[in-house]
Amino acid sequence: MAKRKRIGMEVALAAAEAVGMCDVDVAAVYPITPQSHIAEHLSDLVADGKTDTEYVTVESEHSSMSVCIGASGTGARTYTATCSQGLMLMHELLPIASAMRCPVVMSVANRPVNAPLNILSDHSDIMPQRDAGWIVIFCENGQEVVDLTLMAYRIAEDKDVLLPVIIGIDGFILTHMVEPMEFPDQKEVDKFLPVYKPYATLHPDKPLTMGAFAMPDIFPEMMKAKDMALINSKKTIVKVWDEWEKKFGRRYNPVETYRTEGAEVILVTMGSMSETAELGVDMLRDKGIAAGVAKIRLWRPFPVDELKAAVKGAKALAVMDRAVSPGVGGAPVFTEVKAAFYDADAKDRPVIVNWVMGLGGEDVTGEDFVEMAEKALKAKKGEYEFFGVR
Amino acid sequence: MSIIENYDLYAPRLIDEREYLASGHTACAGCGEALAVRLVLKGLGEDTIVSNATGCLEIFTTRYPTTAWEIPWIHVAFENAAAVAAGVESGIKALRRKGRIPDRDVKSVSMAGDGGTTDIGLQALSGAMERGHDMFHVCYDNEAYMNTGIQRSSQTPFAAWSTTSPPGEVSDGQRTWKKNVPEIMVAHNLAYVATACPSYPLDLINKVKKAKKLKGPAYVHVFAPCPTGWRMDSALMIKIGRLALETGVFPIYEVENGKYRITVDMPDPLRPVEDYLKPQGRFRHLTPPLIEEIQERVNLEVNKLMNKVNYSKPWEELR
Amino acid sequence: MSEVNWWEIEPGNIVFEPGSTREYHTGGWRSLRPIWDNSKCIKCGVCYVFCPEGCVSQDEDGYFTADLDYCKGCGVCAHECWPGAIEMIEEGG
Repeated sequence: MAKRKRIGMEVALAAAEAVGMCDVDVAAVYPITPQSHIAEHLSDLVADGKTDTEYVTVESEHSSMSVCIGASGTGARTYTATCSQGLMLMHELLPIASAMRCPVVMSVANRPVNAPLNILSDHSDIMPQRDAGWIVIFCENGQEVVDLTLMAYRIAEDKDVLLPVIIGIDGFILTHMVEPMEFPDQKEVDKFLPVYKPYATLHPDKPLTMGAFAMPDIFPEMMKAKDMALINSKKTIVKVWDEWEKKFGRRYNPVETYRTEGAEVILVTMGSMSETAELGVDMLRDKGIAAGVAKIRLWRPFPVDELKAAVKGAKALAVMDRAVSPGVGGAPVFTEVKAAFYDADAKDRPVIVNWVMGLGGEDVTGEDFVEMAEKALKAKKGEYEFFGVR
Repeated sequence: MSIIENYDLYAPRLIDEREYLASGHTACAGCGEALAVRLVLKGLGEDTIVSNATGCLEIFTTRYPTTAWEIPWIHVAFENAAAVAAGVESGIKALRRKGRIPDRDVKSVSMAGDGGTTDIGLQALSGAMERGHDMFHVCYDNEAYMNTGIQRSSQTPFAAWSTTSPPGEVSDGQRTWKKNVPEIMVAHNLAYVATACPSYPLDLINKVKKAKKLKGPAYVHVFAPCPTGWRMDSALMIKIGRLALETGVFPIYEVENGKYRITVDMPDPLRPVEDYLKPQGRFRHLTPPLIEEIQERVNLEVNKLMNKVNYSKPWEELR
Repeated sequence: MSEVNWWEIEPGNIVFEPGSTREYHTGGWRSLRPIWDNSKCIKCGVCYVFCPEGCVSQDEDGYFTADLDYCKGCGVCAHECWPGAIEMIEEGG
């Protein structure tokens, strides 16, 4: 494989560059920190004619998703980006986009949700969208942002999927980092990403109705169909990731692992914290503690089998959550990981400890991960803890 | 009979005979909105994509797995009909430019009730109109949230009964006057803003045709009498629209690039507003002082409108 | 009552058949029915224009009649008929 040039660029701009290579037909974006650089750079690309895209500067995030759904209905490839309050405002439309099988791709620059207002980074904006029926993929570094954004349309528009995709990019911590990244060239992307062939469109040549209302005699069947569509999409996601590895040499998995061989304690992470967790694991290993990281890349559909395989043999799991689910006694990732192990034999069930950390953009260091892992290893049963909270 | 009425008498033959809204839809008997849509679609023709808000129209035409629509149609949510239509317009534009769909003019039209246009839908409407999309919005004004059970909206007239503005021991019904949304649309500098009523079908169809021909945003506000919600005999659906015009309650006019023009003449003097209020059960509780208040306000609004019509004459005539 | 299985539903719950509401005959709703007195009819077409159902049509002789499968008996056509050629009669009378 030819050695490609690595370009140093702010990750948010790289995300826009990746979108610019996908021949998006309609992009509807409303600014919100820390997503704004994506919106701005994309509009630069449009203004310079580097991508032929209808750029709609909508008046709210609710309208940006509405424009995407409407455009998607006509068969256009659509894009939007948002986070935090914007994502919450769009919330009403997310289940609609997935039920209507609109392959919209959205970059979410993960940022906390009010109140209080906080413009930095955590996952509390994506957690309320758990049941929206979207495919959700998390990125750890800039290269992943480029690769996964380029693959997003390929996954979303696949006739066996036809579901919208969220690419999670931690706000500021990832969006505003300048990193060296490799970009495929346009010809390679064009070969990898075929022209979108929608299975039904709004056009007078073949009139149809999208968005009819349904009564209880058929509604449950529609919900089951939606659930199965998301569950079955994993096959295609993995297939596309296989193809990417063959073409570009970089491997993506629903759950990535780092030094999990023979690990006694495994940190379960999601998003940009994963790289820092690796530093922590190196420090732990140096101390003689067998530690590893299992990084959840595919949040939805939730990869139960891959997760269990990744953490097999561990005595304890320290599940990191960058969001709170108030009133439950466990944060979102923790409760899903715990549920995944419920039916396992006792010998295959590790102690699962929940660490809520990094909220509101709080910095979490390698040393912090060491501390969390050591405490998890000492735990006799599952615990729910906020790390470093007074 | 004025000349216009004679024309209406014989000119129905000039209307497109094709039905774009199939029978079998479950609108109430005598529904003004159903008739209005039927006529609007005759003006639009088949090269149209409709984006509909949640409401009576969406519910009575599309119960899965059936649809009354003979043209492409999409429903997403309640407040975003105009935004969805903007998306449809952008999608068609991009796909046409890239040669992925036939190079044929397809108009994107958003349709919503008064709630979905003037209340919850006002933001999306304003944004779409401001951005200059080649689309237009039709508001079917039945003066309340009819689909959910006749709750008041900003278009519910003063002193009208509604389930959330009922008259009672300490209340006279709806307390505010109709929000003037055509004026808000005029303030967006649209090339074309119009009001219309199915009781004047040719005027309505011609306005729709005019809006369709424009290459830019337009707004048509259609009076949609609702026998169910207004508590009146369904047979009076057309008559009440005429009474609304003849009493000055709902003037029918158009604003082209800021120039106001009355398109269906109101009689001079106007009929007393009581003629319009009497047949409707939602005004049954009105006392003479309330009717007087309504009459004064109607006179004021008609006056304001006629002033604008006069000011729309060329400057030379005004000097 | 639908008998469709979940895997048989079109993705996106799209309805592909335009005008399929025609299978539902709303004529069962009415309690009054319009009848035309062709001797009075001036063939102006106003009844056809004002029908909210769009179920009034013209025959080869130019006279009008309502499709009783769909007519809901609202009475608008009878009320608007200029020469009073339409009368609303009780259904089942």
